[in-house]
Amino acid sequence: MIRLQDITKVYPMGKRELTVLNGVNLYIERGELVAIMGPSGSGKTTILNLIGCLDKPTSGSYYLEDREVSRLSSGELAKVRGQKIGFVFQSFNLLPRLSALANVELGMRYCGGSDRHRATEALAKVGLFDRAHHRPTELSSGEQQRVAIARALVKNPPLILADEPTGNLDSRSGEEIISILTTLHSEQGITLVMVTHDTNIAHHCQRIIHLKDGQVVAEERV
Amino acid sequence: MKKWFEPLSTAWVGVATHKLRSFLTMLGIVIGVAAVIALMSIGRGAEADIISRIETLGSDLIIVRPGATTFGGVRSAAGSATSLTLEDAAAISEQVPYITAVAPYYSTLLQLVAGNQNMNAQVTGITLEYMQAYNLNTTSGSFFSDYDYQRSAKVAVLGSNVAETLFEGADPIGQQMRMGNNIVRVIGVLESKGAMMGSPDDAILIPLTAMQQMVAQPRTSQGERVVSSIALTVSDQEQASYVVDEITSLLRSRHQLGPGIDDDFSIISLEEIASAMSEMIGTMTLLLGAIAAISLLVGGIGVMNIMLVSVLERTREIGIRKALGARERDIWIQFLIEAAFLTLAGGIIGVIVGWGVSYLVSSMGLITTVVSADIVILAVSVSVGIGLFFGFYPAWNASRLNPIDALRAE
Repeated sequence: MIRLQDITKVYPMGKRELTVLNGVNLYIERGELVAIMGPSGSGKTTILNLIGCLDKPTSGSYYLEDREVSRLSSGELAKVRGQKIGFVFQSFNLLPRLSALANVELGMRYCGGSDRHRATEALAKVGLFDRAHHRPTELSSGEQQRVAIARALVKNPPLILADEPTGNLDSRSGEEIISILTTLHSEQGITLVMVTHDTNIAHHCQRIIHLKDGQVVAEERV
Repeated sequence: MKKWFEPLSTAWVGVATHKLRSFLTMLGIVIGVAAVIALMSIGRGAEADIISRIETLGSDLIIVRPGATTFGGVRSAAGSATSLTLEDAAAISEQVPYITAVAPYYSTLLQLVAGNQNMNAQVTGITLEYMQAYNLNTTSGSFFSDYDYQRSAKVAVLGSNVAETLFEGADPIGQQMRMGNNIVRVIGVLESKGAMMGSPDDAILIPLTAMQQMVAQPRTSQGERVVSSIALTVSDQEQASYVVDEITSLLRSRHQLGPGIDDDFSIISLEEIASAMSEMIGTMTLLLGAIAAISLLVGGIGVMNIMLVSVLERTREIGIRKALGARERDIWIQFLIEAAFLTLAGGIIGVIVGWGVSYLVSSMGLITTVVSADIVILAVSVSVGIGLFFGFYPAWNASRLNPIDALRAE
């Protein structure tokens, strides 16, 4: 599903350069549930952005479903994002002016167009059927993250990426979110990669990848 | 359908979210478009008004006046030049083709006394062709007959304003008034043609033969009788310039003007006056429209300003949309539609307001305004064009945002 070969990522910082990723090799199989852990500054969000086609590596190759995507144009990358990848962010990133349902519909907007019926179904899957017409500000943070999951889910992507999905939640709603994500993984066979620094949550995954200073330093099977 | 509906509904949400801001942005466009519509419609109305007034006098009218050319209706005082004569008129009538009526006339100031009114007024001695040349009719009474003319009858036909002034609402027909040392009987009142320079509403007409008996008509050194002007009509509008040329050469030879000497008369056709006037008003209208268009431009800059702010404010939204798979083009189109949406709405409201203003001007009886479809279409499409033009840069800015940076924005 995902193959990273000798990926480096260098950001220019004024006159100096900041190497965030330094030769990362990573292979994730279809249907895996993987956690990426590491101290802050280890490059875990950068790697997730690369996997999510939001960014391009400085060097190295990235194969997504056996297709080299690291050299695609920004328009083609957008298409890949639209068709293959669902995102769940730490800060939910819902549009505040739209209802929950409209936010979920937005998930389909750039890949084939909205479908109210499917959006409602996705909301029902995360248990928010009766909250469809509430705005994000009228929902608890746990509910907002569930809307975000429904938005990622609605286009049936093969890959879902979650960046600290429980980082802004209390532990009870955090567990709810994790149970929704793991259920999605086990029932629908979606490949799920999440960045976290919560060891408890990482242990819900099948494999944990440890990053440090831009390199993979350890992998453990759970 | 869906392809267009979604960006449109997104644009609507964007506009409706900030109602006051959207309204203020639109206001610039509304004022610009309304000003263009109102000014252009008033200008066009004025133009149409003047042309129609001139044309009630008959657009086939040509006037030969003594003295060198003076432009546009400025009258030299009667008698200031004495180069045209009754004999000239007779020669024109006999020798120039395509002419239906030749009406020489002589006007002079005479003292009028009627009832308790006593005034000095311009009295015009005319031939029978005058009515035909100026396309005049009487509303009450009648015009003088050939018999009246032959026997130099002391009868007068009055313009509607004059009749009103002299007789103050009483029926003027059959009334007598003193004109110089003579008693003249009013036999008719002319149909009103509306107020303008040289309007027949202010005319006092008597037979030229009677005039000749009342005042000493000046004569030239050859003994020809001087007239103030000669009015004539052509049978075929197409031949007007040919007729003017013919009259010019005839009069030049009659007045014995050698080559290199200026004409001692001038010939103007009403058609020319009308077109000169309408050209002048058209230029004015265009000028006013251009000033109004500048306010439209300022409105457009306001739209650009707001769109830039809006893009900045919605950086995170743009990042989210990009993460969800929006291409640069999708973002670009979204913001462009939003800008065009604002200005289109502003343009439509502007048309309604401008229309209202010009209707108001019409209903106050100032000028019959003409809101023409071409101006409306132009104003609306220009306002959409302004949205697209001034929305282009902000939309392009939005589309170029890096999704990661955009998502990180607060």
